[in-house]
Amino acid sequence: MAEPEQLVVEAERQAAAATTVDELSAVRTAMTGKRSPLVAARKALGDLEPDARKEAGQTLNAAKTAIDEILSAREAELSAAARAEQLAAERLDLTEVTELAADGHLHVITQTWQELEDVFVGMGYRVAEGPEIESEWYNFGALNFPLGHPARDMYDTLYVDYGEPGTTLLRTHTSPVQARVMENQEPPIYVVAPGRCFRQDTADATHMPVFHQIEGLVVDRDTTLGDLAGTIEAFTAAYFGPGFTSRLRPSYFPFTEPSAEFDIQRPDGTWLELGGCGMVHPNVFEACGIDPEQWQGFAFGFGIDRLALIRFGIDDLRELWTNDIRFLGQF
Amino acid sequence: MKVLLSWLREFAPDIEGEPEHLAGVLSDLGLAVEELSHVGPGLDGIVVAEVLSTRPHPDADRIHLVDVDAGDGEALQVCCGAFNMAVGDLVPLATVGTTMPGGMEIARRKMRGEWSNGMLCSGAEIGMGDDHEGILILDQGLSLGAPLTEALGIHPDVLFDLEVNPNRPDAMSVMGVARDLAARLGVAFAVTAPGVEEAGQPAAERAAVSIAAPDFCRRFGVRVLDNVPSGPSPRWMANRLLAVGQRPINAVVDLSNYVMFELGQPNHTYDLDLVPEGELGVRMAHKGEQLTTLDGVERTLTSYDGVIVNRDDEAIGLAGVMGGASTEISAGTRSVLLEAAWWDPMTIARTARRLGLRSEASARFERGADPEIIPMALDRFVELAAALGATTSPGMIDATGNRPAPITVRVRTPRVNAILGTELSTDEMTALLEPIGFACEAGGDSQDFKVSIPSWRIDSATEIDVIEEVGRLHGYSNIARTVPVTEQAGTLTPQQQDRRHIRALLTGMGITEAMPLPFLAPGDLARAGLGDDGITVTNPLVAEESIMRTSLRPGLLKAVAYNAARRTTGVSLFEIGRTNPGGGGELPDEHEHLAVILAGQEATAATTLWRRLARHLAATNPGVVNGPVDGLHPGRSGQVLADGQPVGALGEIDPQVLDAYEIDERVAWLEVDLGALLEADRGLAPYRAPSRYPSSDIDLAFTVPDEVSADEVAATIAQAGGELLASVSLFDVFRSEQLGEGRRSLAYTLRFEAADRTLNDAEVAAARQTCIDAVTTTHNATLRG
Repeated sequence: MAEPEQLVVEAERQAAAATTVDELSAVRTAMTGKRSPLVAARKALGDLEPDARKEAGQTLNAAKTAIDEILSAREAELSAAARAEQLAAERLDLTEVTELAADGHLHVITQTWQELEDVFVGMGYRVAEGPEIESEWYNFGALNFPLGHPARDMYDTLYVDYGEPGTTLLRTHTSPVQARVMENQEPPIYVVAPGRCFRQDTADATHMPVFHQIEGLVVDRDTTLGDLAGTIEAFTAAYFGPGFTSRLRPSYFPFTEPSAEFDIQRPDGTWLELGGCGMVHPNVFEACGIDPEQWQGFAFGFGIDRLALIRFGIDDLRELWTNDIRFLGQF
Repeated sequence: MKVLLSWLREFAPDIEGEPEHLAGVLSDLGLAVEELSHVGPGLDGIVVAEVLSTRPHPDADRIHLVDVDAGDGEALQVCCGAFNMAVGDLVPLATVGTTMPGGMEIARRKMRGEWSNGMLCSGAEIGMGDDHEGILILDQGLSLGAPLTEALGIHPDVLFDLEVNPNRPDAMSVMGVARDLAARLGVAFAVTAPGVEEAGQPAAERAAVSIAAPDFCRRFGVRVLDNVPSGPSPRWMANRLLAVGQRPINAVVDLSNYVMFELGQPNHTYDLDLVPEGELGVRMAHKGEQLTTLDGVERTLTSYDGVIVNRDDEAIGLAGVMGGASTEISAGTRSVLLEAAWWDPMTIARTARRLGLRSEASARFERGADPEIIPMALDRFVELAAALGATTSPGMIDATGNRPAPITVRVRTPRVNAILGTELSTDEMTALLEPIGFACEAGGDSQDFKVSIPSWRIDSATEIDVIEEVGRLHGYSNIARTVPVTEQAGTLTPQQQDRRHIRALLTGMGITEAMPLPFLAPGDLARAGLGDDGITVTNPLVAEESIMRTSLRPGLLKAVAYNAARRTTGVSLFEIGRTNPGGGGELPDEHEHLAVILAGQEATAATTLWRRLARHLAATNPGVVNGPVDGLHPGRSGQVLADGQPVGALGEIDPQVLDAYEIDERVAWLEVDLGALLEADRGLAPYRAPSRYPSSDIDLAFTVPDEVSADEVAATIAQAGGELLASVSLFDVFRSEQLGEGRRSLAYTLRFEAADRTLNDAEVAAARQTCIDAVTTTHNATLRG
């Protein structure tokens, strides 16, 4: 039988010769398996005198430990090489992509609408809604437009064939939501009402028979015109960003008094006429069952579509409605 | 409303400041300046020239060659694009070296090979009127070569184009704008009474007025003039009218317009010889009554129109809107009745709108003219006419209807401050109001005062109207800005949040949001395989926008077709929008729908989408029931259920509908009533801790008749599997000849597990058998070996 030292040398030789993990496994069986010289030598120890047995046993154990270390080390080498080879074989050109899944896009109106909602929600407002087909009462009557009032002519109203002629219409503004909220909710009220509106208008780059507005309404004990101006200013800063300011100019709307137009001044000094606003008219409060001596409020409204156009640099309103995927997919 | 600075200064001579500053002040007063322009400067170098001859350009059709004499007797050739001049006409010539008001420099240059030694000018090019088309033909008699400004008496001036709100009748006049501007600038404002010389037979003996409609006509003033001028008005007046956009016609018409622009009071002249006895009356028209107006059109009237009648009760004028042809002034007219009246605004608005006859005059009556200005307006006309040789009968006929009583309003100082957010004293408020004619009188204590509303502010009648005036004159920009604080937390409602979640889910799945017009053309719904047309719009501009939609389908089909026609197939779009499917109470029912269209995909893509949507919303018992749906492929359509209730439909668009839209690919479709879906029972199932024990998977394949849906089989398994069945999912479907016609194989993976133990083989086997038995007995199915 071979000396243990020779076994170690042999194991070293065979391990080095093995080129795969499988071959090394065979070497391990040959060198340390049941039929290996090492095991045979261990079995033969019983035939020795105790002292000699102890010494030979220690020698054998040392050899076994050495062989195991040799094999483990070689195994680690071979596994690493095998993994490296596999990884090399799996190399990919990561630009070899044939198909890109389509992205979904929110419509620019929705994006703008949601941004506006978020600004006002951040300022403590809730979001109210109302029907798009409205009664003449909520669209005009409750808002201090008496029947036959010339101010109704400022709105090119579309009517629908429902109920008595002239009683049911496509809302011309989101302001009817003001009246509905005031009828249904005790003050204090802090709401915005984004929505779709309609006018008899021929489609062109700056007009559509359908458009979107957002309305704001605040009713509280001591709401003032100064609060309105401050709110418009706070909104301007929040939505448009630093460097944008606002101003109010006297104007006329039947449902507010005092009334104002509000303009936004861009950092370059130019103005954008944005919308209308004012203090809720006492007649509107009364029509909605709120005591104008107890409560005061303001309302404001402006177009969403034009903001979307400005924000995304679109120059024709009609593009919003074509549904051309080459348009929708850009935003 | 256009006003000249020089004209404003006739009422407030001390108005000073840069034009831009004044424009800012006017805007801040609520008289928004839409355009600020300069009159006069830039006209240096433009001279009067006479047309000597015209001839065609040898090489151009759109321009011709004009020889003019600019005063030196030489023929100067100019190329000109307008053809409205004749030989002998006097025209404005911009000489070489002139810089035009618009900034263009005039140089000697060749146009298509011919020299042009200057430019002939249109009225618009030199700030005189709006005419861009033709060359301005000047009056004869001007000296050739004279500078145009000198020849026409044009002085440098500033023109403000104002947007006047409906509640500002006073600002429809130079006087009213001057009053506002002077008040804000703190300078004097004064109206000089016109100087009137009277002679001859008293007016009362030559004319009479009776008012039979006293609410419609609250005041009717008349003066009688003789020797009225028949020629043109003086140059200075014509220039002013041109500048404010009114074409000069003749002296009488121009005088009338001038007084209207200046004082805001429209007025009308009748040829006295054509009005028997000079008698005028006012009444409401009879239904069907005929009247030929000045424009020669015969009008049929209603009982809501007001008319002026003669002694014989024949209508001779449409009150406040347009005069009648029968009493029109002509070149031979020597004596006139001059009328200035107050008409009911709503009546005038209705008549003018119905007949499409809105004018500068009707615009003023609609807002509400000032009944107290009538005598002065008549006198002003008389004064200006006298300068042209007219004489005036003594006296004025002043007929009145129901004159409104003067309005006095009690104003509470604290209320004003509470609305505006100011801390003004009563004295400060008074100081703001008095200059615009709101006379203030101290009340019982320092906290309130009485305000007399001026007659020219018919829009003002209540405390809030006065508060607005205080705010306006104080200046909105001088009010301290504050932001109200609410204790309410700003939030979206659960439904609004769901809408956002749905949009996020769909876009995350690669579906893009579309926005079709909510209007349809007649027949659009039928073309999409849907029922009859829904609610119609009674006054659409075009038929394509006359029908309200009952479904989002026509709009999205059109969008797919639009893209397909532009070589983009396979688009996936969705829309969330309102529909009016029919029914309703006081208002038509309005439903919010969600629709998804998947071009190039089969019906099951819609099912997958619906499942994901339902799972996302935690819908209770979402389901699909196969069955025909209008406009969808009859074998590939079904109803969508939430909590057992139908909330929509899905499937594939009917090929016939696709043909109608010229779409060549399969199109999957899902449309749900979003309101119904979100209101249906929803919510996550109660929490179950994940089992710490291993689960067992069993695959089962059944041969099932086609009529039985895969969902039904899964539901049966789920019920039979009971507590131990953690999940069941379909993983394979196939058909083959072996399985036979009308049957297919459905293979499911069942996962069993228990929360408290590892299931033993016997338990799993028993559960498996229960499931097999349930499916085979319930659905005429067989287990495949």
